[in-house]
Amino acid sequence: MPRRVALEGSHAVSEAVRMADVDVIAAYPITPQTHIVERLAEMVANGELDAEFICVESEHSAMSAVVGAAACGARVFTCTAGQGLELMHEVLFVPSAMRLPVVAVIANRALSAPLNVWGDHSDVMAIRDCGWIQMFAENAQQAFDLTLCAYKVAERPDVLLPAMVHIDGFHVSHVVEPVLLPEEETVREFLPPSEYPFPLDPDRPVSMGCYGPPYIYTEVKKAQEVAIENSYEKVLETFKEFKDVFGREYRPVETYRVEDADMLLLMMGSYAETAMLAIDALRERGDNVGLVRLRLWRPFPAEELRNVLRGVKAVCVFERAISFGMGGPLCAEVRAALYHLPEGERPKVVSFVGGLGGRDVSVEEFEAMLRRAKERVSSDELEGFEFVGLRE
Amino acid sequence: MAVKFENGVQIPAEEYFAPGHRACIGCGEALAVRLVCKALGRDVIIVTATGCIEIVSSPLPWTSWRVPWIHTLFENVGAVVSGVESAYKAMLRKGKKKLEPGRRIKVVGFAGDGGTADIGLQALSGAMERGHDFLYVCFDNEAYMNTGIQRSGATPYGAWTTTAPPGAKSIGQRTWKKNIPEIAVAHNIPYVATACPSYPYDLIRKVRKAVETQGPSYIHILCPCCTGWRFEPKLTIKLGRLAVETGFFPLYEVENGVYKLNIDIDVEKLKPVREYLMLQGRFRHLPESEIEKIQERVILEYKKLKRKVEMTQKIGEEYER
Repeated sequence: MPRRVALEGSHAVSEAVRMADVDVIAAYPITPQTHIVERLAEMVANGELDAEFICVESEHSAMSAVVGAAACGARVFTCTAGQGLELMHEVLFVPSAMRLPVVAVIANRALSAPLNVWGDHSDVMAIRDCGWIQMFAENAQQAFDLTLCAYKVAERPDVLLPAMVHIDGFHVSHVVEPVLLPEEETVREFLPPSEYPFPLDPDRPVSMGCYGPPYIYTEVKKAQEVAIENSYEKVLETFKEFKDVFGREYRPVETYRVEDADMLLLMMGSYAETAMLAIDALRERGDNVGLVRLRLWRPFPAEELRNVLRGVKAVCVFERAISFGMGGPLCAEVRAALYHLPEGERPKVVSFVGGLGGRDVSVEEFEAMLRRAKERVSSDELEGFEFVGLRE
Repeated sequence: MAVKFENGVQIPAEEYFAPGHRACIGCGEALAVRLVCKALGRDVIIVTATGCIEIVSSPLPWTSWRVPWIHTLFENVGAVVSGVESAYKAMLRKGKKKLEPGRRIKVVGFAGDGGTADIGLQALSGAMERGHDFLYVCFDNEAYMNTGIQRSGATPYGAWTTTAPPGAKSIGQRTWKKNIPEIAVAHNIPYVATACPSYPYDLIRKVRKAVETQGPSYIHILCPCCTGWRFEPKLTIKLGRLAVETGFFPLYEVENGVYKLNIDIDVEKLKPVREYLMLQGRFRHLPESEIEKIQERVILEYKKLKRKVEMTQKIGEEYER
């Protein structure tokens, strides 16, 4: 029987990693990721988890160490945030191209300067194209569930890609919530020990990470693109298997009260839980609004997104990052996905940016944003983006 | 099978670094890698940094490696090694991997001087400090040769490189060579050594010793580079010998803090550094006064090393007891 316990989002992740029976953890401390690794260090120290815990001297080395360990066939884990993710940047592109099923959890954090340890999605956007499967969790339960899903899908012999679970720094990592923890047995059945097909092994020598001159680099990249495109179906299968075992259902694109809506709010991460309250309040007052939450960020679920947004009058994209000089990066991708819908089925899209560097966005602010979105749509102010909660 | 002997050191006939690689004719580094691999044998996993050796040995879809080998990036060999070693440790303990009794897999990092002295120093330091069971071999050709002879922290004073060229206001490299073996010694690891492929028996003996050592060990190998040092390929072995005979690159080892000179030359009997420098185009611009300056420095460093040998001998005797 699953147990219902109060757990911090960070500790929910630690529990998932423990139940996944990882072999090697490498991590470097950074707020707001620390609680995850502190708990894991305790678990290793107490013998609750039989793993090597490498206290590396940087995030660059954290990712490098788990890449080395995964190349030997070990199940690995690392986690970081903000600046740490950027220091990992160079290494992130290695496991995706070398097809190593590394799993990482990121407690999303703003980027310096100015120094800011609080949450937003600047760190995610800067590593968008690293070739990993990427998912967003909104709360502690999802953080637990999606960490297990990340291992399940990453290690599939027909996937073999690294996977990343994003949890909002502080809003998920440091909030204590009720979490349903399954029996360890159940998790072990869902996630049996991994079998990496070509590990570094003196009995079967392989060369990994050979260099790719121009005559072969393009073909290697094509193969990598095919791999991540194909992983979409496997993510769906993984979510289905997860539902069959644990009962909770995930989709690449999830919706809330979207029936008959003429305006849909779209976002990623934990602020969706606040936004739901705003949707409820507006629905109460007769506004036909709904919420779309992007669960899967890579591979980008364009088809499913089109199916959800097709025919809706307008979409209001809210995001916690800026691509300086361009606007909201999530909004740009949503617009691109909708571009080929025929006129009449293609919603108008307006862009809002907020929640930067840990700034809260209240229910009232979401309501105000949706009202403002309506104005912008009716007056055709579709270009650019507006800040939410900006003090002038 | 082993084919040659000197003082009981055997050179195995097996080649684990296969012929057909793309190193320059006369490459001291390729020779050093070949010898190191012979000494390592087959029960190894080699992690290599970006650099000459990676480039000459692994253009897709070919490989020169007959042992398991991985390259990822330039500056992270120490970290990848840590991951590989930890993975084996955990998986053997958990029964996910099995080895015949008595068999041991050694994890070995290979990097050049840039990948060690400069960009990879942090990862190496971390791995040594954490005490992983590994050997790290620095193949030092004293500049970034793979990218076209740019200076590194290991480039010797006065040398020409493309980023420290001599000119009206420069004598070339303005700094003295970073002493990386000493940095390794400062980590209190059980075994540190210098070696040179011009002394193959000494080199092989040291690699064997490092393999048998539990914990971190570090071997720094001077690899004469005809392309970057500007000398005729036929002189590679001779230059390695002159580096040692002039005291420019002494062969020594440090076992649990105890120093030992393997080719122990009286200071008065060291050959003049001029003999070493003048065979190389990279030093040919140096005026007499600069050669003198280098000569003085070499003598000073050699004397310091000899004093370290004397000073630590007693500690060594206590350690033996």
